[in-house]
Amino acid sequence: MSDKPFRVLPRLTDANEPFWLGGAEGELRFWRCQDCGYRLHPPGPICPRCRTKHLAVEAVSGKGTVFTYTINHQPWIPTFDPPYVVAIVELAEQDDLRLTTNIVGCDPDEVTIGMPVRVTFEHYDDNGYEVWLPLFEPDVAGGAA
Amino acid sequence: MSAFEELRGERRAIVSGIGQSQVGRRIYRDPLDLTVDAALEAIADAGLDPSDIDGIATYPGNMEIPPGFSGVGVTELQDALRLELNWFAGGMELPGQLGAVVNAVLAVSAGLCDHVLCFRTVWEASAQGDQGRASVTMGGGGGAYRASSFMQWTLPFGAASAANWIGMMAQRHFHEYGTTREQLAQIALNARANAALNPKAIYRDPMTMDDYLSVRMISTPLCLYDCDAPADGSTAVVISRVEHAAALDHPAARVEAMGTALRGRPSWDQFDDLTTMALRDASAMLWERSDLTPADVDVAELYDGFSFITLCWLEALGFCAQGEGGAFIEGGGAIARDGLLPLNTHGGQLSAGRLHGFGFLHEACVQLWGRGDERQVVRPGGRDPEVAVVGAGGGPLGGCLLLTKGR
Repeated sequence: MSDKPFRVLPRLTDANEPFWLGGAEGELRFWRCQDCGYRLHPPGPICPRCRTKHLAVEAVSGKGTVFTYTINHQPWIPTFDPPYVVAIVELAEQDDLRLTTNIVGCDPDEVTIGMPVRVTFEHYDDNGYEVWLPLFEPDVAGGAA
Repeated sequence: MSAFEELRGERRAIVSGIGQSQVGRRIYRDPLDLTVDAALEAIADAGLDPSDIDGIATYPGNMEIPPGFSGVGVTELQDALRLELNWFAGGMELPGQLGAVVNAVLAVSAGLCDHVLCFRTVWEASAQGDQGRASVTMGGGGGAYRASSFMQWTLPFGAASAANWIGMMAQRHFHEYGTTREQLAQIALNARANAALNPKAIYRDPMTMDDYLSVRMISTPLCLYDCDAPADGSTAVVISRVEHAAALDHPAARVEAMGTALRGRPSWDQFDDLTTMALRDASAMLWERSDLTPADVDVAELYDGFSFITLCWLEALGFCAQGEGGAFIEGGGAIARDGLLPLNTHGGQLSAGRLHGFGFLHEACVQLWGRGDERQVVRPGGRDPEVAVVGAGGGPLGGCLLLTKGR
């Protein structure tokens, strides 16, 4: 466990649990409108595109590309030691389906915009309070879904 | 009809007075004490007595966390001065820090009140003392703290600061448009050059390109000098009905137009175009409400919580095309005090201190009213500045004002 930094964990709600707990089964999950197909992030009670409430949780491939990133050098959080890469990843399924995450599994200097990445989950268990954080690593296979 | 009735919306209001407390690093003064100093100076400057003030507007309202970010709300100031109010508002779900001023202008224009005291007080420098940057919220860093709302999407990934969020926006701008650190540096170098002429500025020693390029990184591509300097201080302005201009012993700053729009997603990481952010929408609205154009602007006071935000404002307000901000500021000549567009003439938050938005409005009035002393801008042909644009905020928060000098 010592190879993982301390992380502030999200407060779980009915709406965000599919996202934060999907990693238990290796899945990156979002709410999706069952009428128009639009995926929501962050989650909400209504499809912002067609404004119907016919939503269900679905998994995505976990593949995407780095939309932008920054190499953080400032120690903001005790034990979360810089440098580390914060990135916004755009997922393959939908142009505006983006999330903030970390790029791991490579040297920070190797990260580029447009780089293919795939999800990898980091499991946290804080005295029974469990969360699976979706991080991303280089998709060395070149993005074959 | 009276002048007030003839005028549309925001043009019924003026900035009638400005005030500013002592400004510094870790001066360890009570924030309400600082606020009172700024308020009384602004009220006197407007030719008023405290009993004339019938409105208060502030950003962000009283907040305990992050430390030093606020600490004074409407309630404390009203009670300290025993003001009798017809209208008041404090809060932060607004188009940037100047949203408080927008509120005041609207209240005056609607006839709810005659003279609104607007203020912004910070004491982040003292609050953080010798510890880490206190404007970063992380709930104490341990125990059972759980992130909620927007922070749940960033804090677990160590993206604790706007430096990270803005860093990613800057990186995207660099990628799409070829913007360079040497170009971005001009925002910081220009601020420092102007701060040298501002006796209240915090950092006044010269800064060179080598200084900029060799200082430590915070969050790429942003280095330490791309980040503003936490400060203690309070800034106040009085917003009055337009008729009050005749009673002033100095020119008024007339409110020509305001920009408050937010048409994209209200989010640091979900906004459609991260290279423009909400400033795009607020700026577009500003020009939609005026016959003036960017070419008419004599001074620009544009938020620099991070240098990259200023570059965004320059593009958004149309001083150059989108993506051409880097080329526009390259070399620094265009944005110098004697350049095409004098920018952040007091030193901005980067060098004069993080007074959080209101410092830019204060400086716009200083310039329009000819109070700049050594740093007073003189336009080509010896002309005094007559039109100023002020923009504050970044990311999903942005609002701007177009001000003109007038009686």
